[in-house]
Amino acid sequence: MKLNELTISEAQAGLRSKKFTAVELTQACLNRIKERNKELNAFITVCEELALMEAAIADKRLVQGKALPLTGIPFAVKDAICTAGVRSTGAAKILDNYVPPFNATVIEKIRTQGGILLGKNNCDAFGHGASNENSMYGPVKNPRDLKKVAGGSSGGSAAAVADNMCLFAIAEDTGGSIRQPASFCGVVGMRPSYGRNSRFGIMPMASSFDTVGPITKTVADMAIVMQVIAGKDSLDATTVSEVVPDYNVEIKKDLEGLRVGVPKEYFEVDGMDKEVRKIIENQIKNLEKQGAEIINVSLPLTKYAIAVYYVLVPSEVSSNLGRLDGVRYGVRAEGKDLLDLYSNSRAQGFPEEVKRRILIGTYALSAGYYDAYYKKAQQVRTLIRLDFDRVFSDVDVLITPTSPFPSFGLGEKSSDPIQLYLADILVSPAASAGIPAISVPAGETKSGLPVGLQIMGSRLNEGLIMRVANYIKR
Amino acid sequence: MLIEYFEFANLWIFLYNTAIILTTIMSLSIEEVRKIAKLARIKLTPAEEKRHADTISTVLNFVNTLNEVDTQGVEPTAQVTGLEDVTREDVTKICPYKKELLAQMPLISANLLKVPAVFGDSEDVI
Repeated sequence: MKLNELTISEAQAGLRSKKFTAVELTQACLNRIKERNKELNAFITVCEELALMEAAIADKRLVQGKALPLTGIPFAVKDAICTAGVRSTGAAKILDNYVPPFNATVIEKIRTQGGILLGKNNCDAFGHGASNENSMYGPVKNPRDLKKVAGGSSGGSAAAVADNMCLFAIAEDTGGSIRQPASFCGVVGMRPSYGRNSRFGIMPMASSFDTVGPITKTVADMAIVMQVIAGKDSLDATTVSEVVPDYNVEIKKDLEGLRVGVPKEYFEVDGMDKEVRKIIENQIKNLEKQGAEIINVSLPLTKYAIAVYYVLVPSEVSSNLGRLDGVRYGVRAEGKDLLDLYSNSRAQGFPEEVKRRILIGTYALSAGYYDAYYKKAQQVRTLIRLDFDRVFSDVDVLITPTSPFPSFGLGEKSSDPIQLYLADILVSPAASAGIPAISVPAGETKSGLPVGLQIMGSRLNEGLIMRVANYIKR
Repeated sequence: MLIEYFEFANLWIFLYNTAIILTTIMSLSIEEVRKIAKLARIKLTPAEEKRHADTISTVLNFVNTLNEVDTQGVEPTAQVTGLEDVTREDVTKICPYKKELLAQMPLISANLLKVPAVFGDSEDVI
């Protein structure tokens, strides 16, 4: 087995027992990136020199027996997350030259604990998309089939982990951006509860939805990374002070007495692929054999989650992206006056979908339309939240497919925004409710495309959903 | 008298909102797209104006399905943590990245950011 193919726990063991060095491990990942990135386009920036320098420092620590949890473990970061001294574009040309002077809190934590930053992953610009075709640096290809999409918006991160270019990745999930590409590429991806992980230093998309989470090869690796990044941060006032449990212990507990809810609406959406449905139903039967109680439940507002999302998210986007105007940082276009400078910088620096969302949000928030759109969507959001609260008094977790279908062809849905929006139909409700949800590989279609299974839990129950995920065998 | 007035006013607000909802089922015009693009400070080409008018109309009609849901008396959700009034000490901190932040600026003059004049055709200001 090549070093870059190891999981985090295998690499930790190998590094500590001196079977190989952090420099060798990092070099193996860099070689894989060199070999495959031209085809996959999973990285926008690779920081080879910095990575090898940090790996050499990690090796010194390992020799001294002072290894920290992630010492010498190479990882990659979605380009919409700030990394000190390493270009962070958000996959939009308006930030083509932006080099943040600081790390996002989650990145600071990982680097302090010894993680080696390899580079920045391609994504849909500022997270706007479900296929990674909205990047201004080109689409990401699915490592399983180069004619298919990697999913989005964190397509580069999922593809990089799936293709063994890194041991894990840090990405961002506003309405499914970690889980859906993880499902398409056959890796593990988790959206934590809103408030569990700090968002300081991520490029904001929709502040009341945005979360930061890992993409890993195994559930055990997910627990390792979550242990490092979870917790309150004084720089993000939305983080909660509840104690972070020991996830490595949590995931090893058994399933006895666990009540698993199966919401029927998630299996009846338009376009549900028969193979996907069969794979998930078989996995639910397996859980029953392992001691879980299966309960059929109903979440009747599921079908409205995408409509809620596409009012509230563009509204928040239109406000959040107001800061990008070419004045203080990023790429400035010429203009005859200040207004012209703003309008040209934003015209040249944003791709079509980002412009569309800003325009929708500007419209929905403008005088006279606020109640009809924004307030109405916020009210339906409340009902979606209450729906989950009701169900979680009867069951401990909910199991559904992550996506109604496996990865689709490049260009297949890109001309119709609604079709692409609906790709997130099963991942968006958890985002509205702020609850944690994980996607774990559950099998493959006959044509070899990965299928992801989604487990949702009540707020701050990351440990529980990871435990159930740990019992899903491919 | 006062109560009657408010009920009357509410009726008008209701009719106004209903009218808005009904009108949005129609498509967004190029002029409306131009207006919101100006508010959003994004210059659009004529082809983009046309595309956005079409696709945004489709999106608005799609999100109008929310009107099927009865939300009378439902509180809107703006956040999901339940946290309130999160404060910190109001203390000044020295920014450790002054040099790096200045390096990000598109145009500087003697450590100051340079931008075109806000009013009229006067010289660039700093």
